Amino acid sequence: MKRRDFIQLAGLGTGAFMLPGLAMGRNVAPEALLAPGLDVAVKKRLADAALNAAKAKGASYADVRIGRYLNQFVVTRENKVQNIVNTESYGVGVRVIANGCWGFAAVVDAKNEAQMAKAAEDAVAIAKANSKLMKEPVQLAPQKGFGEVSWKAPIKKNAFEVPIQEKVDLLLAVNNAAMTNGANYVNSVMFQVNEQKYFASTDGSYIDQDIHRIFPQFNVTAIDPKSGKFQTRNALSAPMGMGYDYLQTNPSDKVTGITTRYNKGYDMLEDATSAAQQAKEKLTAKSVEAGKYDLILDPSHLWLTIHESVGHPLELDRVLGYEANFAGTSFATLDKWQSKNFQYGSKEVNLVADKLQVGSLGAVGWDDEGVNTKKWDLVKDGVLVNYQATRDQAHIIGEKESHGCSYADSWSSVQFQRMPNVSLAAGKTPLSVEDMIKDVKKGIYIIGDGSFSIDQQRYNFQFGGQLFYEVKDGKIVGMLNDVAYQSNTQEFWNSCSQVCDDRDYRLGGSFFDGKGQPSQSSAVSHGSSTTRFNGVNVINTARKI
Amino acid sequence: MSVILTESEAKALLQKVLSYSKADECEINLSGELRGNLRYARNEVSTSGSLINQNLQVQSAFGKKVGVATIDEFSEESLEKVVRRAEELARLAPENPEYVGVLEPQKYVTTKGFFESTSNASPETRATAVLKSLELTRTQKLTAAGFLENQSGYSAMMNSKGLFAYYPSTSVNFSLTVRTEDGTGSGYVAKGYSDISKLDTAAATKIAIQKSLGSVGAKALEPGKYTVILEPTAAAVLLENIFFRMDARSADEGRSFLSKQGGKTKMGEKIMDERVNFYSDPTNPDLPSSPWSGDGQPQEKRYWIEKGSVKNMHYSRYWAQKNNVKPVPFPGNMIMDGGTATLDEMIKSTKQGILVTKLWYIRTVDPQTLLLTGLTRDGTFYIENGKIKHPIKNFRFNESPVIMLNNLETLGKPERVVSTESDQNYLIPPMKIREFTFSSLSDAV
Repeated sequence: MKRRDFIQLAGLGTGAFMLPGLAMGRNVAPEALLAPGLDVAVKKRLADAALNAAKAKGASYADVRIGRYLNQFVVTRENKVQNIVNTESYGVGVRVIANGCWGFAAVVDAKNEAQMAKAAEDAVAIAKANSKLMKEPVQLAPQKGFGEVSWKAPIKKNAFEVPIQEKVDLLLAVNNAAMTNGANYVNSVMFQVNEQKYFASTDGSYIDQDIHRIFPQFNVTAIDPKSGKFQTRNALSAPMGMGYDYLQTNPSDKVTGITTRYNKGYDMLEDATSAAQQAKEKLTAKSVEAGKYDLILDPSHLWLTIHESVGHPLELDRVLGYEANFAGTSFATLDKWQSKNFQYGSKEVNLVADKLQVGSLGAVGWDDEGVNTKKWDLVKDGVLVNYQATRDQAHIIGEKESHGCSYADSWSSVQFQRMPNVSLAAGKTPLSVEDMIKDVKKGIYIIGDGSFSIDQQRYNFQFGGQLFYEVKDGKIVGMLNDVAYQSNTQEFWNSCSQVCDDRDYRLGGSFFDGKGQPSQSSAVSHGSSTTRFNGVNVINTARKI
Repeated sequence: MSVILTESEAKALLQKVLSYSKADECEINLSGELRGNLRYARNEVSTSGSLINQNLQVQSAFGKKVGVATIDEFSEESLEKVVRRAEELARLAPENPEYVGVLEPQKYVTTKGFFESTSNASPETRATAVLKSLELTRTQKLTAAGFLENQSGYSAMMNSKGLFAYYPSTSVNFSLTVRTEDGTGSGYVAKGYSDISKLDTAAATKIAIQKSLGSVGAKALEPGKYTVILEPTAAAVLLENIFFRMDARSADEGRSFLSKQGGKTKMGEKIMDERVNFYSDPTNPDLPSSPWSGDGQPQEKRYWIEKGSVKNMHYSRYWAQKNNVKPVPFPGNMIMDGGTATLDEMIKSTKQGILVTKLWYIRTVDPQTLLLTGLTRDGTFYIENGKIKHPIKNFRFNESPVIMLNNLETLGKPERVVSTESDQNYLIPPMKIREFTFSSLSDAV
C-alpha cells in the first residue's frame, strides 16, 4: 500500500479523489483473523509440489512463499467511528531461476498440489522467455538449508485478540481528550498487521514465521477563527513490531522533558491531551528567523532523516541502478565504499543495520529468500563500510553471503531488496538531553516527524517536524513555527557533534515505505538517541496566498 | 467466465446478488481487471508480472446501520454468503449518522475508455515495445531503466432502488529514465494512453535520450527566484495538489487552502490568474474517464477553477445534504485549458529563465498555503535570450501552486501526461511562470 492510500483511508489527509482502491485482500469477519491458517504439514506438502514441478521443468533454483496476510484498521474522527475493516489475503508466490534468469508467478487461494505445480511451471516459462533479453545470468550467494524451522515475533498480547470495541473505546477517548483540550478536529486510527509466512526453497529450508505490527496514530487540528489559521500536531507514537502490549505503558516507557515522548509503551490518551494543547500553542508561536542553527533532534524526528539519508542511499539495488527509473540511484557509489575512507559522517556517527532488534518493524528470523537475519555495520566511526544486499547482489560487493534483506509485501509480489532496520548507535560517553542543550548557544530542538523530501541520489534534503523549540544560550526559550531545515547528506552527518547515550535510545519507523514498480510497501524501524548537528541551514516556510 | 464481464454479464450477476438481499437498502459494486507489466534496468529486463483482480462488494443497510462485505471469487454459494455477511455486519454496526441512503436510477453520458488494442496486449506486446526502447539505448551506450504496464478492466454497480451503471476501460503507462554511462547525464519520459496503439516507445525513448545527452555538463546557478517554463510532466505534480484538495468539507471546517477567516471559504473568489481553467470531463476523447462516480452519481463536464475563480468544490452526498446544496462527486479526470504557444515559442520569448522538464519528491510543507517542496530532475536547462544556453544543476524549490498560478506568463497546448507522484493521467499545458522560488542546489543527476 502506498502511503497516500493509507492517508486517504485513515482520513488523515484532506484530499481524497481519484485514488486507486486498496488491494489488501477480501474483507472478513474479525473472528476470521484469529482462525488458524493452513497446518504447517499441509504447507510443506504444497511447497514441495511447487519445488518439484519447478525442478522438473528445468529450474536450477526455486523458492515458494505461502502467505496469509491479515490487516485490521479502526478509523475514527471526533465522536464517530468512520470505518472498521478486517482483511485477509492468502496465496502463493513461486520464484525460480531457469536459463540463468528469474521468473515469478503467483496464484490466489492455492490449496492443492496441481495449483502449486501450475504456478511453478508458469514461473519457469516466464524465466525462459525473459532469458532472451538477459545479458548476465543471476549469481546467487550460497545459502545452507535450515530444514523445518519457525520464528514468532515476541509479542505479549496479540492485537487481533483484543475486542474491536476496546479499540473503538480507546480511540474515542483519545479524540475526546483532544477535543476537551482545545482541538477543533481530531482523526485517529489503529492499524494492525499479522503476516503468516511460509517459505521453502530448493536449498532445503522450510520456514514458518508469524510477524506482528501495530501503529496507533492521530492528527489533531486547532483553528484560530479570527485569523483563519490552522495548525496540526500528529501523534508521537512509533509504528512497532509489537502486539497490543505497545498500548500498555509503564512509567519507565515515558521520557519526560519539554513534552513526553515514549519508548516501548505508548500512552495515547496522554499524548492526545498534549497534542491538542500544543496545536493551539503553535497558532501563536513565533515564526522562525531563517539562518544557521545547531539542531537537537529527538529520536521521534531523527528516524526519518536516517531513513531517507542513510537507509535509502545504502540500498545496493539503488547504487547499482535497478531503481533508476523511479526511486533513483545513490550518491554512495561503489568507488566511495572501495576507497575505505569515504567520510559519510563525523567520528560520532555509527550506523548499524539490524534485522534482529526486538520490537522493531524489520525483525524476522529469516528474510523472504531463506537467509537467517543478522546485524552489521554500514558506517563505522564515520566511514562508509557496507551496503544492504540480497543473495543475487552479495557477489557484487565481495560478500560470501547475503545480508538477508529480501522482502515482498504480498504473496503476489516478487521479493526484492528492502531496507533492514538502520539505526544510529547511541553515544559511548554518558550524555543526557539536558546536558546536550546546556551547551547550545543558538539552536532548535525538534520533536516528531513532518514534511520530508530528498533528491533521487540522496544528496539534498529538507525536513519539517511536529514541534520546534528555540534554544538560546543553553535554555529552551519558547516554541517556534514555520521551520524546515535543508542540508546535504554528507555535510549533515559530518556536522554531527554529539549523540546522547543509550538511556535515551528509542525507535521510530515507517509503516508504509514505498519502493519499486509496481510499488511495494514495507515497514522498517530506525533507532537513535537525541543527536546534535551544528550549523544547519534553517528556512522559514511561512507564505501568504 | 472471463474476469472482464460484458455489460449484460455484469448486470445478470448483480441482479442475482441483489435478489438475495433482505435489507432495507442494498448496493453492490463489482469490478475486474487484468494487469501486465515489464520492468527493466541496466539495459535489461529485471522483473515482469501479471495480476488478475476481481472484487464484489455488498453494502447492506437497516435504517442507518450499514455493513459492508466483499468477495473475490464468485461461486453461487459465496454470492449468497456475502450478502448474508453484509447484513449480519449491518445489524451489529452502530448507526452511521453520515449514511444518506442509495441513489435513484441516474442518467449517464457515454464515454469511450475501453480499447481492444490495449485489452489484447500480451507479454509479447510488452516485450516488443520494450525491446524497441532497449535497442536505442544499447546502441548509443546509454543505460535505460523503464517500466511498462497495461491494464484493462471494468466496474459496475447496482442498488435496490434500481440504479445500474457499467464502465469498461483500458490504460497503458510507460516511463523511462536514460542515463549516460558515466552518470553525468539523465533524461526522462513518461507517456500514458487509453489506447496502446498510440504508444510509440521508440519515439518516447528518443526524447529521454535527447534529455540525457543534453543534461551532461550541468553548471551551477545561484538559487533564487527565476522565470521558469514547466513542461507538462513537471507542472502536473504541482497542480494535482490543488486537484486533490478541492474538498468542501475541509474548507468549511477551516482546514484547507480554500478556508478563510470567520469560518468562510473561498468559493466564488478569484484565487489565481484569470487564464486558469481547471475542469473535469468524462467524455474528453484524449482523457476518457468513468461517466459515474463510485457511489453512482453522474459525472459531467464541470469547472473547478474558472477564469481563476473557485467555481466548484467536492461535496459528498452527506455534506451536501447537511449544507442544503447539490452534491458534487470527486472528478474522474482533470484538464487544464491551455493557450496556443508552442514550447519553442515560449523559450524564444524568454530573456532569462529555466526550463524544467521534471519535478521529483513533492511534499506539502504547509497545507494552509499549499506550500510544496521538491526538486528538479532528469534535465534542467538555462535559457538566455530565447535560446537554451546550457544544462544546469538541479534545484530544490519551495513554492505554492496557488502563488505560481498568480504569476502566470504564458500557457501552451495541453497534452496528456502521467504524474510521476500518483500515476494519474491529466491534460495539462506547458506554462511559463514568473518568480518561481528555488531555495538550494542539489548535486544529484
